[in-house]
Amino acid sequence: MSNTLLRPGADAIAVKGWWSAHQWLILRRITQAGILGLFLAGPLLGVWIIKGNIASSLTLDILPLSDPYLLLQSLFAGHWPETTVVIGAFIVAGFYFLVGGRVYCGWICPVNPITDMAAWFRQRLNIKGGARFPRQSRYWLLAMTLITASISGSLLWEMVNPVTMIYRGLIFGMGMAWFLVLALFLFDLFLGQRGWCSHLCPMGAFYSLLAFYSPLRVSATQREKCNDCMECYAVCPEPQVIPPALKGAEQGVGPVITGINCSNCGRCIDVCSKNVFQFSTRFKSVNNFSTVTKREAMP
Amino acid sequence: MAKTGNEVDQYRRRFLIRSAGQACGAALLGIGLLTLARQTYGLPAEAIRPPGALAETDFLAACVRCGLCVRDCPYNTLKLSELGDKVTTGTPYFIARDIPCEMCDDIPCVVACPTGALDKKLTDIDDARMGLAALVDQENCLNFLGLRCDICYRVCPAIDKAITLDTIHNPRTGKHTLFIPVVHSEACTGCGKCEHACILPEAAIKVLPARLAKGAPGQHYRLGWEEKQKAGSSLVAPDKEHKYNLPEGYRYEYEGQGLIKENDSGETPFSSNPLDTLNQGRQQ
Repeated sequence: MSNTLLRPGADAIAVKGWWSAHQWLILRRITQAGILGLFLAGPLLGVWIIKGNIASSLTLDILPLSDPYLLLQSLFAGHWPETTVVIGAFIVAGFYFLVGGRVYCGWICPVNPITDMAAWFRQRLNIKGGARFPRQSRYWLLAMTLITASISGSLLWEMVNPVTMIYRGLIFGMGMAWFLVLALFLFDLFLGQRGWCSHLCPMGAFYSLLAFYSPLRVSATQREKCNDCMECYAVCPEPQVIPPALKGAEQGVGPVITGINCSNCGRCIDVCSKNVFQFSTRFKSVNNFSTVTKREAMP
Repeated sequence: MAKTGNEVDQYRRRFLIRSAGQACGAALLGIGLLTLARQTYGLPAEAIRPPGALAETDFLAACVRCGLCVRDCPYNTLKLSELGDKVTTGTPYFIARDIPCEMCDDIPCVVACPTGALDKKLTDIDDARMGLAALVDQENCLNFLGLRCDICYRVCPAIDKAITLDTIHNPRTGKHTLFIPVVHSEACTGCGKCEHACILPEAAIKVLPARLAKGAPGQHYRLGWEEKQKAGSSLVAPDKEHKYNLPEGYRYEYEGQGLIKENDSGETPFSSNPLDTLNQGRQQ
Protein backbone atom coordinates (compact mmCIF):
# COMPACT_ATOMS: atom_id res chain seq x y z
CA MET A 1 0.00 0.00 0.00
CA SER A 2 2.80 2.39 0.84
CA ASN A 3 4.04 2.07 -2.70
CA THR A 4 0.73 3.21 -4.22
CA LEU A 5 0.61 6.10 -1.79
CA LEU A 6 3.87 7.44 -3.25
CA ARG A 7 1.92 7.81 -6.46
CA PRO A 8 -1.68 8.32 -5.46
CA GLY A 9 -4.10 8.25 -8.33
CA ALA A 10 -2.49 5.32 -10.15
CA ASP A 11 -5.57 3.16 -9.67
CA ALA A 12 -7.88 5.93 -10.73
CA ILE A 13 -5.87 6.49 -13.91
CA ALA A 14 -6.07 2.78 -14.68
CA VAL A 15 -9.82 2.67 -14.09
CA LYS A 16 -11.02 6.07 -15.27
CA GLY A 17 -8.26 7.21 -17.60
CA TRP A 18 -5.77 10.03 -17.10
CA TRP A 19 -8.14 12.86 -17.91
CA SER A 20 -10.88 11.81 -15.49
CA ALA A 21 -8.30 11.24 -12.79
CA HIS A 22 -7.01 14.80 -13.17
CA GLN A 23 -9.99 16.83 -14.30
CA TRP A 24 -10.52 18.90 -11.17
CA LEU A 25 -6.81 19.47 -10.76
CA ILE A 26 -6.54 20.72 -14.31
CA LEU A 27 -9.65 22.84 -14.01
CA ARG A 28 -8.17 24.36 -10.86
CA ARG A 29 -4.86 25.14 -12.56
CA ILE A 30 -6.72 26.67 -15.49
CA THR A 31 -8.72 28.84 -13.09
CA GLN A 32 -5.62 29.95 -11.21
CA ALA A 33 -3.73 30.73 -14.39
CA GLY A 34 -6.77 32.23 -16.08
CA ILE A 35 -7.49 34.74 -13.36
CA LEU A 36 -3.84 35.68 -13.13
CA GLY A 37 -3.91 35.97 -16.91
CA LEU A 38 -6.83 38.40 -16.74
CA PHE A 39 -4.83 40.55 -14.33
CA LEU A 40 -1.75 40.34 -16.55
CA ALA A 41 -3.59 41.03 -19.81
CA GLY A 42 -3.64 44.72 -18.91
CA PRO A 43 0.04 45.40 -18.24
CA LEU A 44 1.32 42.86 -20.80
CA LEU A 45 -1.14 43.15 -23.69
CA GLY A 46 -2.94 46.40 -22.95
CA VAL A 47 -6.28 44.61 -22.58
CA TRP A 48 -7.71 46.06 -19.40
CA ILE A 49 -10.31 43.65 -18.08
CA ILE A 50 -9.23 43.63 -14.46
CA LYS A 51 -7.08 46.35 -12.91
CA GLY A 52 -5.25 46.08 -9.61
CA ASN A 53 -4.48 42.79 -7.88
CA ILE A 54 -6.22 40.38 -5.49
CA ALA A 55 -5.96 42.88 -2.66
CA SER A 56 -8.42 45.09 -4.48
CA SER A 57 -9.38 45.31 -8.12
CA LEU A 58 -11.72 46.91 -10.59
CA THR A 59 -13.26 44.73 -13.31
CA LEU A 60 -14.39 46.35 -16.57
CA ASP A 61 -14.21 49.75 -14.85
CA ILE A 62 -17.35 48.99 -12.86
CA LEU A 63 -17.11 45.97 -10.53
CA PRO A 64 -15.00 46.51 -7.42
CA LEU A 65 -13.62 43.40 -5.72
CA SER A 66 -11.64 43.62 -2.52
CA ASP A 67 -10.15 41.16 -0.11
CA PRO A 68 -12.22 41.09 3.09
CA TYR A 69 -9.22 39.97 5.16
CA LEU A 70 -7.25 43.04 4.10
CA LEU A 71 -10.22 45.26 4.86
CA LEU A 72 -10.44 43.67 8.30
CA GLN A 73 -6.75 44.37 8.91
CA SER A 74 -7.28 47.95 7.80
CA LEU A 75 -10.21 48.34 10.20
CA PHE A 76 -8.10 46.92 13.03
CA ALA A 77 -5.34 49.34 12.09
CA GLY A 78 -7.80 52.15 12.70
CA HIS A 79 -8.71 53.31 9.20
CA TRP A 80 -12.29 54.04 8.26
CA PRO A 81 -12.47 52.95 4.61
CA GLU A 82 -14.21 54.38 1.57
CA THR A 83 -17.39 52.59 0.47
CA THR A 84 -15.76 51.18 -2.69
CA VAL A 85 -13.53 48.80 -0.77
CA VAL A 86 -16.37 47.84 1.57
CA ILE A 87 -18.68 46.97 -1.32
CA GLY A 88 -15.87 45.01 -2.98
CA ALA A 89 -15.14 43.09 0.20
CA PHE A 90 -18.80 42.21 0.71
CA ILE A 91 -19.10 40.89 -2.84
CA VAL A 92 -16.01 38.72 -2.37
CA ALA A 93 -17.04 37.53 1.09
CA GLY A 94 -20.52 36.72 -0.22
CA PHE A 95 -19.07 34.69 -3.05
CA TYR A 96 -16.89 32.61 -0.76
CA PHE A 97 -19.75 32.28 1.70
CA LEU A 98 -21.60 30.47 -1.09
CA VAL A 99 -18.87 28.37 -2.65
CA GLY A 100 -16.79 27.70 0.47
CA GLY A 101 -14.24 30.08 1.99
CA ARG A 102 -11.16 28.12 1.19
CA VAL A 103 -12.07 27.84 -2.46
CA TYR A 104 -9.90 30.96 -2.41
CA CYS A 105 -6.96 28.79 -1.34
CA GLY A 106 -7.57 26.00 -3.81
CA TRP A 107 -8.64 27.93 -6.86
CA ILE A 108 -7.15 31.45 -6.68
CA CYS A 109 -4.23 31.72 -4.28
CA PRO A 110 -0.81 31.87 -5.98
CA VAL A 111 0.82 30.02 -3.11
CA ASN A 112 -1.29 26.92 -3.77
CA PRO A 113 0.63 25.73 -6.87
CA ILE A 114 3.90 26.24 -4.99
CA THR A 115 2.91 24.23 -1.94
CA ASP A 116 1.09 21.64 -4.08
CA MET A 117 4.34 21.16 -5.96
CA ALA A 118 6.23 20.81 -2.68
CA ALA A 119 3.70 18.23 -1.48
CA TRP A 120 4.01 16.38 -4.77
CA PHE A 121 7.81 16.22 -4.50
CA ARG A 122 7.56 15.27 -0.85
CA GLN A 123 5.39 12.35 -1.81
CA ARG A 124 7.51 11.23 -4.74
CA LEU A 125 10.79 11.59 -2.85
CA ASN A 126 9.21 9.97 0.21
CA ILE A 127 10.35 12.76 2.51
CA LYS A 128 9.03 12.16 6.01
CA GLY A 129 9.14 14.04 9.25
CA GLY A 130 10.06 17.66 9.79
CA ALA A 131 8.42 20.07 12.18
CA ARG A 132 4.79 19.45 13.06
CA PHE A 133 2.62 22.48 13.48
CA PRO A 134 -0.83 22.04 14.97
CA ARG A 135 -3.52 22.89 12.45
CA GLN A 136 -5.04 25.33 14.88
CA SER A 137 -1.89 27.47 14.78
CA ARG A 138 -3.34 29.41 11.85
CA TYR A 139 -6.17 30.76 13.97
CA TRP A 140 -3.74 32.04 16.55
CA LEU A 141 -1.72 33.61 13.76
CA LEU A 142 -4.90 35.16 12.39
CA ALA A 143 -5.57 36.71 15.78
CA MET A 144 -1.96 37.85 15.94
CA THR A 145 -2.14 39.62 12.57
CA LEU A 146 -5.21 41.56 13.67
CA ILE A 147 -3.82 42.45 17.09
CA THR A 148 -0.50 43.61 15.67
CA ALA A 149 -2.36 45.62 13.03
CA SER A 150 -4.13 47.35 15.86
CA ILE A 151 -0.94 47.93 17.88
CA SER A 152 1.12 49.17 14.98
CA GLY A 153 -1.70 51.07 13.30
CA SER A 154 -0.76 49.59 9.95
CA LEU A 155 -1.34 46.55 7.76
CA LEU A 156 1.58 44.84 9.43
CA TRP A 157 0.93 41.35 8.06
CA GLU A 158 1.04 42.73 4.53
CA MET A 159 4.73 43.32 5.08
CA VAL A 160 5.25 39.56 5.01
CA ASN A 161 2.00 38.02 3.68
CA PRO A 162 3.27 35.73 0.90
CA VAL A 163 -0.19 35.41 -0.71
CA THR A 164 -0.72 39.06 -1.57
CA MET A 165 2.97 39.70 -2.04
CA ILE A 166 3.43 37.01 -4.68
CA TYR A 167 0.25 37.90 -6.53
CA ARG A 168 1.15 41.59 -6.50
CA GLY A 169 4.68 40.71 -7.49
CA LEU A 170 3.57 38.72 -10.54
CA ILE A 171 1.55 41.69 -11.76
CA PHE A 172 3.57 44.69 -10.59
CA GLY A 173 7.12 43.35 -10.23
CA MET A 174 8.51 40.69 -7.94
CA GLY A 175 11.61 42.32 -6.50
CA MET A 176 12.94 39.89 -3.94
CA ALA A 177 9.61 38.04 -3.72
CA TRP A 178 11.12 35.16 -5.71
CA PHE A 179 13.03 34.29 -2.57
CA LEU A 180 9.69 34.09 -0.81
CA VAL A 181 8.47 31.59 -3.41
CA LEU A 182 11.59 29.52 -2.93
CA ALA A 183 11.37 29.75 0.85
CA LEU A 184 7.75 28.58 0.86
CA PHE A 185 8.58 25.69 -1.43
CA LEU A 186 11.51 24.54 0.68
CA PHE A 187 9.53 25.07 3.88
CA ASP A 188 6.77 22.76 2.69
CA LEU A 189 9.21 20.31 1.14
CA PHE A 190 11.47 19.74 4.12
CA LEU A 191 10.03 21.39 7.21
CA GLY A 192 6.43 20.37 7.29
CA GLN A 193 3.93 18.34 5.30
CA ARG A 194 1.56 20.97 3.87
CA GLY A 195 3.17 23.25 6.43
CA TRP A 196 2.16 26.67 5.24
CA CYS A 197 -1.28 26.37 3.66
CA SER A 198 -2.76 23.77 5.99
CA HIS A 199 -1.25 24.80 9.30
CA LEU A 200 0.02 28.37 9.44
CA CYS A 201 -1.46 30.71 6.83
CA PRO A 202 -3.71 33.24 8.60
CA MET A 203 -5.31 34.24 5.32
CA GLY A 204 -6.51 30.67 4.79
CA ALA A 205 -7.70 30.67 8.39
CA PHE A 206 -9.74 33.78 7.72
CA TYR A 207 -11.32 32.34 4.61
CA SER A 208 -12.12 29.07 6.37
CA LEU A 209 -14.36 31.06 8.70
CA LEU A 210 -16.54 31.99 5.73
CA ALA A 211 -17.28 28.32 5.02
CA PHE A 212 -19.49 27.38 7.97
CA TYR A 213 -22.67 27.48 5.94
CA SER A 214 -21.46 27.32 2.35
CA PRO A 215 -23.86 25.26 0.20
CA LEU A 216 -21.28 23.95 -2.28
CA ARG A 217 -19.50 20.96 -0.75
CA VAL A 218 -17.80 17.74 -1.72
CA SER A 219 -19.78 14.71 -0.66
CA ALA A 220 -18.78 11.06 -0.21
CA THR A 221 -22.03 10.13 -1.88
CA GLN A 222 -21.03 6.56 -2.59
CA ARG A 223 -19.08 5.96 0.57
CA GLU A 224 -20.21 2.36 0.79
CA LYS A 225 -17.99 1.67 -2.23
CA CYS A 226 -14.83 2.84 -0.42
CA ASN A 227 -12.12 0.19 -0.53
CA ASP A 228 -9.88 1.91 2.03
CA CYS A 229 -7.10 2.57 -0.47
CA MET A 230 -6.33 5.77 1.48
CA GLU A 231 -5.44 7.72 -1.64
CA CYS A 232 -7.89 10.55 -0.90
CA TYR A 233 -6.10 11.06 2.43
CA ALA A 234 -2.77 11.08 0.63
CA VAL A 235 -3.73 13.88 -1.76
CA CYS A 236 -5.96 15.94 0.54
CA PRO A 237 -4.28 19.05 1.98
CA GLU A 238 -6.69 18.90 4.93
CA PRO A 239 -7.25 15.15 5.40
CA GLN A 240 -8.91 15.66 8.79
CA VAL A 241 -12.09 16.75 6.98
CA ILE A 242 -12.58 13.40 5.23
CA PRO A 243 -13.28 10.77 7.93
CA PRO A 244 -16.54 12.20 9.37
CA ALA A 245 -18.12 12.11 5.93
CA LEU A 246 -16.44 9.01 4.55
CA LYS A 247 -16.62 6.82 7.67
CA GLY A 248 -19.52 8.44 9.49
CA ALA A 249 -22.26 6.12 8.28
CA GLU A 250 -22.26 4.12 11.47
CA GLN A 251 -22.51 7.20 13.68
CA GLY A 252 -25.30 8.49 11.50
CA VAL A 253 -23.17 11.30 10.06
CA GLY A 254 -24.07 12.39 6.56
CA PRO A 255 -21.75 11.99 3.59
CA VAL A 256 -21.19 15.72 3.00
CA ILE A 257 -17.73 17.06 3.88
CA THR A 258 -18.61 19.99 6.07
CA GLY A 259 -15.18 20.72 7.52
CA ILE A 260 -14.56 24.44 7.08
CA ASN A 261 -11.01 23.83 5.92
CA CYS A 262 -12.00 21.77 2.89
CA SER A 263 -11.00 23.93 -0.08
CA ASN A 264 -13.29 22.17 -2.55
CA CYS A 265 -10.21 21.40 -4.60
CA GLY A 266 -11.80 18.18 -5.82
CA ARG A 267 -8.55 16.22 -5.75
CA CYS A 268 -10.26 13.43 -3.76
CA ILE A 269 -12.83 13.12 -6.55
CA ASP A 270 -9.99 12.79 -9.06
CA VAL A 271 -7.95 10.12 -7.30
CA CYS A 272 -10.80 7.88 -6.17
CA SER A 273 -11.02 4.88 -8.46
CA LYS A 274 -14.40 3.97 -6.96
CA ASN A 275 -16.04 7.33 -7.65
CA VAL A 276 -16.95 7.74 -4.00
CA PHE A 277 -16.80 11.54 -4.03
CA GLN A 278 -18.61 14.15 -6.06
CA PHE A 279 -19.51 17.82 -5.80
CA SER A 280 -22.80 18.26 -4.03
CA THR A 281 -24.59 20.62 -1.70
CA ARG A 282 -24.62 20.81 2.04
CA PHE A 283 -28.38 20.29 2.21
CA LYS A 284 -28.22 16.67 1.15
CA SER A 285 -27.35 15.68 4.72
CA VAL A 286 -29.37 18.21 6.62
CA ASN A 287 -30.31 15.74 9.34
CA ASN A 288 -26.74 15.35 10.53
CA PHE A 289 -25.46 18.76 9.71
CA SER A 290 -25.00 20.15 13.22
CA THR A 291 -23.07 17.14 14.55
CA VAL A 292 -20.51 17.32 11.83
CA THR A 293 -20.04 21.05 12.01
CA LYS A 294 -19.34 20.91 15.70
CA ARG A 295 -16.83 18.15 15.23
CA GLU A 296 -14.99 19.98 12.53
CA ALA A 297 -15.06 23.38 14.06
CA MET A 298 -13.37 22.25 17.24
CA PRO A 299 -11.11 19.33 16.45
CA MET B 1 -18.22 6.29 23.86
CA ALA B 2 -18.70 8.07 27.14
CA LYS B 3 -15.55 9.47 28.67
CA THR B 4 -14.82 9.23 32.39
CA GLY B 5 -14.25 12.42 34.34
CA ASN B 6 -10.54 11.80 34.49
CA GLU B 7 -10.29 11.36 30.75
CA VAL B 8 -12.11 14.62 30.22
CA ASP B 9 -9.70 16.34 32.58
CA GLN B 10 -6.75 14.90 30.72
CA TYR B 11 -8.23 15.99 27.43
CA ARG B 12 -8.83 19.49 28.74
CA ARG B 13 -5.32 19.68 30.12
CA ARG B 14 -3.79 18.64 26.80
CA PHE B 15 -6.03 21.04 24.93
CA LEU B 16 -5.09 23.98 27.17
CA ILE B 17 -1.38 23.23 27.01
CA ARG B 18 -1.47 22.86 23.24
CA SER B 19 -3.43 26.07 22.83
CA ALA B 20 -1.07 27.94 25.12
CA GLY B 21 1.85 26.75 23.02
CA GLN B 22 0.23 27.93 19.80
CA ALA B 23 -0.76 31.25 21.33
CA CYS B 24 2.77 31.86 22.57
CA GLY B 25 4.23 30.96 19.19
CA ALA B 26 1.90 33.38 17.45
CA ALA B 27 2.63 36.07 20.04
CA LEU B 28 6.40 35.65 19.61
CA LEU B 29 6.06 36.01 15.87
CA GLY B 30 3.88 39.07 16.40
CA ILE B 31 6.40 40.72 18.66
CA GLY B 32 9.11 39.99 16.11
CA LEU B 33 7.00 41.56 13.38
CA LEU B 34 6.26 44.64 15.43
CA THR B 35 9.94 45.18 16.19
CA LEU B 36 10.89 44.60 12.59
CA ALA B 37 8.22 47.01 11.42
CA ARG B 38 9.61 49.81 13.54
CA GLN B 39 12.89 49.48 11.71
CA THR B 40 11.58 48.98 8.20
CA TYR B 41 8.75 51.47 8.15
CA GLY B 42 9.53 54.96 7.13
CA LEU B 43 9.75 56.55 3.77
CA PRO B 44 13.10 57.50 2.24
CA ALA B 45 13.18 61.26 1.60
CA GLU B 46 13.37 60.83 -2.18
CA ALA B 47 10.22 58.67 -2.31
CA ILE B 48 7.06 60.74 -2.66
CA ARG B 49 3.53 59.49 -1.99
CA PRO B 50 0.80 60.17 -4.60
CA PRO B 51 -1.32 63.31 -4.25
CA GLY B 52 -3.88 63.19 -1.47
CA ALA B 53 -2.00 60.51 0.47
CA LEU B 54 -2.88 60.53 4.16
CA ALA B 55 -0.13 61.20 6.68
CA GLU B 56 2.32 58.29 6.50
CA THR B 57 1.11 56.43 9.61
CA ASP B 58 -2.54 56.71 8.53
CA PHE B 59 -1.59 55.83 4.99
CA LEU B 60 -0.05 52.52 6.09
CA ALA B 61 -3.30 51.65 7.88
CA ALA B 62 -5.43 52.49 4.86
CA CYS B 63 -3.53 51.38 1.76
CA VAL B 64 -4.25 47.76 0.75
CA ARG B 65 -1.43 47.78 -1.82
CA CYS B 66 -3.75 47.07 -4.76
CA GLY B 67 -1.98 49.29 -7.30
CA LEU B 68 -5.12 50.82 -8.79
CA CYS B 69 -3.60 54.31 -8.43
CA VAL B 70 -0.55 53.07 -10.33
CA ARG B 71 -2.73 51.73 -13.13
CA ASP B 72 -4.69 54.95 -13.54
CA CYS B 73 -1.65 57.25 -13.56
CA PRO B 74 -1.44 58.35 -17.22
CA TYR B 75 2.25 59.25 -17.01
CA ASN B 76 3.58 56.08 -15.37
CA THR B 77 4.75 58.25 -12.52
CA LEU B 78 3.61 55.97 -9.74
CA LYS B 79 5.02 52.56 -8.97
CA LEU B 80 4.43 49.95 -6.28
CA SER B 81 7.29 49.18 -3.99
CA GLU B 82 8.66 45.69 -4.53
CA LEU B 83 9.90 43.40 -1.81
CA GLY B 84 13.40 44.59 -0.96
CA ASP B 85 12.81 48.25 -1.92
CA LYS B 86 13.29 50.84 0.79
CA VAL B 87 9.65 51.87 0.67
CA THR B 88 7.14 49.76 2.66
CA THR B 89 6.41 46.77 0.44
CA GLY B 90 3.54 47.11 -1.99
CA THR B 91 2.78 50.77 -1.35
CA PRO B 92 2.73 53.38 -4.16
CA TYR B 93 5.33 56.13 -4.52
CA PHE B 94 7.28 58.07 -7.12
CA ILE B 95 10.77 59.46 -7.51
CA ALA B 96 10.52 63.05 -8.79
CA ARG B 97 13.93 62.96 -10.44
CA ASP B 98 12.77 60.00 -12.59
CA ILE B 99 9.17 60.93 -13.42
CA PRO B 100 7.49 63.81 -11.60
CA CYS B 101 3.76 64.19 -10.96
CA GLU B 102 2.08 65.97 -13.87
CA MET B 103 -0.71 67.26 -11.62
CA CYS B 104 -3.70 66.04 -13.68
CA ASP B 105 -6.80 68.18 -13.15
CA ASP B 106 -9.04 65.13 -12.60
CA ILE B 107 -6.51 63.46 -10.23
CA PRO B 108 -7.16 59.90 -11.54
CA CYS B 109 -5.00 58.24 -8.89
CA VAL B 110 -7.15 59.62 -6.09
CA VAL B 111 -10.32 58.68 -7.95
CA ALA B 112 -9.02 55.11 -8.39
CA CYS B 113 -8.15 54.56 -4.72
CA PRO B 114 -10.80 52.23 -3.25
CA THR B 115 -9.88 52.67 0.41
CA GLY B 116 -9.39 56.38 0.91
CA ALA B 117 -5.65 56.04 1.50
CA LEU B 118 -5.57 58.77 -1.12
CA ASP B 119 -8.04 61.21 0.33
CA LYS B 120 -11.13 61.78 -1.82
CA LYS B 121 -11.42 65.23 -0.27
CA LEU B 122 -8.63 66.34 -2.58
CA THR B 123 -10.50 67.66 -5.61
CA ASP B 124 -8.23 70.53 -6.64
CA ILE B 125 -4.76 69.31 -7.50
CA ASP B 126 -3.32 72.69 -6.47
CA ASP B 127 -4.23 71.75 -2.90
CA ALA B 128 -2.05 68.62 -3.03
CA ARG B 129 0.92 68.65 -0.67
CA MET B 130 3.08 65.71 -1.75
CA GLY B 131 6.21 67.34 -0.42
CA LEU B 132 7.95 70.67 -0.57
CA ALA B 133 10.61 71.79 -3.03
CA ALA B 134 13.75 73.18 -1.45
CA LEU B 135 16.72 74.74 -3.21
CA VAL B 136 19.21 72.75 -1.21
CA ASP B 137 22.45 73.52 -3.06
CA GLN B 138 23.11 77.23 -3.23
CA GLU B 139 26.75 76.65 -4.17
CA ASN B 140 26.02 74.97 -7.50
CA CYS B 141 22.64 76.39 -8.51
CA LEU B 142 23.40 78.34 -11.69
CA ASN B 143 21.09 81.19 -10.74
CA PHE B 144 22.96 81.60 -7.51
CA LEU B 145 26.16 81.83 -9.55
CA GLY B 146 24.68 84.76 -11.41
CA LEU B 147 23.60 82.89 -14.57
CA ARG B 148 20.11 82.79 -15.98
CA CYS B 149 19.16 79.09 -15.87
CA ASP B 150 15.68 79.65 -14.39
CA ILE B 151 14.55 76.15 -15.47
CA CYS B 152 12.98 75.24 -12.12
CA TYR B 153 11.04 78.48 -12.18
CA ARG B 154 9.89 78.04 -15.77
CA VAL B 155 8.67 74.41 -15.45
CA CYS B 156 6.81 75.06 -12.22
CA PRO B 157 3.06 74.47 -12.78
CA ALA B 158 2.43 77.20 -10.21
CA ILE B 159 4.99 79.61 -11.69
CA ASP B 160 5.26 82.93 -9.81
CA LYS B 161 3.30 81.44 -6.94
CA ALA B 162 5.23 78.33 -5.84
CA ILE B 163 8.57 79.56 -7.21
CA THR B 164 9.45 83.22 -7.70
CA LEU B 165 12.66 84.77 -8.90
CA ASP B 166 13.79 87.34 -6.38
CA THR B 167 16.38 89.87 -7.54
CA ILE B 168 19.36 90.83 -5.45
CA HIS B 169 22.59 92.63 -6.22
CA ASN B 170 25.43 90.53 -7.60
CA PRO B 171 28.37 91.49 -5.39
CA ARG B 172 30.88 89.57 -7.52
CA THR B 173 30.51 91.64 -10.67
CA GLY B 174 29.25 94.68 -8.83
CA LYS B 175 26.90 95.61 -11.63
CA HIS B 176 24.62 92.61 -12.31
CA THR B 177 21.58 91.03 -10.69
CA LEU B 178 21.16 87.57 -9.16
CA PHE B 179 17.79 85.97 -9.92
CA ILE B 180 17.25 83.78 -6.90
CA PRO B 181 14.59 81.01 -7.14
CA VAL B 182 12.55 81.13 -3.96
CA VAL B 183 10.02 78.38 -3.10
CA HIS B 184 6.81 79.39 -1.36
CA SER B 185 5.29 76.65 0.76
CA GLU B 186 1.77 78.04 0.56
CA ALA B 187 1.62 77.20 -3.18
CA CYS B 188 4.14 74.36 -3.75
CA THR B 189 2.39 71.00 -4.28
CA GLY B 190 5.60 68.95 -4.27
CA CYS B 191 4.98 67.66 -7.79
CA GLY B 192 8.73 67.52 -8.40
CA LYS B 193 8.84 69.07 -11.88
CA CYS B 194 11.55 71.47 -10.72
CA GLU B 195 13.71 68.66 -9.38
CA HIS B 196 13.15 66.67 -12.55
CA ALA B 197 14.12 69.61 -14.76
CA CYS B 198 17.20 70.81 -12.87
CA ILE B 199 20.04 70.62 -15.39
CA LEU B 200 22.77 69.79 -12.89
CA PRO B 201 23.92 66.15 -12.77
CA GLU B 202 22.52 66.12 -9.22
CA ALA B 203 19.54 68.39 -8.75
CA ALA B 204 20.17 71.54 -6.73
CA ILE B 205 16.44 71.82 -6.02
CA LYS B 206 14.77 68.78 -4.49
CA VAL B 207 11.31 67.84 -3.29
CA LEU B 208 11.53 66.73 0.31
CA PRO B 209 8.98 65.75 2.90
CA ALA B 210 7.71 69.02 4.37
CA ARG B 211 9.15 68.10 7.77
CA LEU B 212 12.64 68.05 6.22
CA ALA B 213 12.24 71.00 3.89
CA LYS B 214 10.66 73.43 6.29
CA GLY B 215 11.44 74.89 9.67
CA ALA B 216 8.81 76.03 12.10
CA PRO B 217 8.68 79.30 14.04
CA GLY B 218 8.45 79.19 17.81
CA GLN B 219 4.83 79.20 18.90
CA HIS B 220 5.33 82.35 20.92
CA TYR B 221 7.07 84.25 18.13
CA ARG B 222 5.31 87.40 16.93
CA LEU B 223 6.63 89.46 14.05
CA GLY B 224 6.50 93.04 15.27
CA TRP B 225 5.85 94.57 11.88
CA GLU B 226 2.93 92.22 11.22
CA GLU B 227 1.41 92.75 14.64
CA LYS B 228 1.72 96.46 14.20
CA GLN B 229 -0.13 96.25 10.91
CA LYS B 230 -2.85 94.12 12.43
CA ALA B 231 -3.32 96.47 15.38
CA GLY B 232 -3.07 99.58 13.23
CA SER B 233 -0.51 101.10 15.55
CA SER B 234 2.52 100.22 17.59
CA LEU B 235 1.81 97.71 20.33
CA VAL B 236 4.47 99.13 22.67
CA ALA B 237 4.91 102.86 23.43
CA PRO B 238 3.68 105.17 20.66
CA ASP B 239 6.40 106.01 18.21
CA LYS B 240 8.07 109.29 19.01
CA GLU B 241 8.43 111.70 16.19
CA HIS B 242 12.06 112.32 15.60
CA LYS B 243 13.13 115.90 15.91
CA TYR B 244 16.24 117.49 14.51
CA ASN B 245 17.93 120.40 16.12
CA LEU B 246 17.16 122.77 13.25
CA PRO B 247 16.51 126.46 13.20
CA GLU B 248 12.89 127.48 13.54
CA GLY B 249 10.95 126.95 10.34
CA TYR B 250 13.25 124.32 8.84
CA ARG B 251 12.88 120.58 8.31
CA TYR B 252 15.05 117.85 6.80
CA GLU B 253 13.86 115.85 3.77
CA TYR B 254 15.44 112.35 3.57
CA GLU B 255 14.46 111.61 0.02
CA GLY B 256 17.19 113.78 -1.35
CA GLN B 257 15.97 117.32 -1.07
CA GLY B 258 17.86 117.92 2.12
CA LEU B 259 17.21 121.01 4.21
CA ILE B 260 13.86 122.62 3.45
CA LYS B 261 12.51 125.83 4.74
CA GLU B 262 8.83 125.79 5.72
CA ASN B 263 6.66 128.57 4.23
CA ASP B 264 9.44 129.52 1.91
CA SER B 265 8.24 132.87 0.66
CA GLY B 266 11.70 133.85 -0.50
CA GLU B 267 12.32 135.68 2.78
CA THR B 268 15.32 134.67 4.76
CA PRO B 269 16.41 135.83 8.14
CA PHE B 270 19.47 137.01 6.29
CA SER B 271 19.79 140.17 4.26
CA SER B 272 20.66 139.83 0.62
CA ASN B 273 23.71 141.95 1.42
CA PRO B 274 26.27 139.73 3.13
CA LEU B 275 27.77 142.80 4.84
CA ASP B 276 24.57 143.22 6.86
CA THR B 277 25.06 139.79 8.31
CA LEU B 278 28.70 140.42 9.02
CA ASN B 279 27.86 143.72 10.71
CA GLN B 280 24.96 142.23 12.72
CA GLY B 281 26.89 142.29 16.00
CA ARG B 282 27.94 145.87 15.68
CA GLN B 283 24.46 147.19 15.09
CA GLN B 284 23.12 145.60 18.28
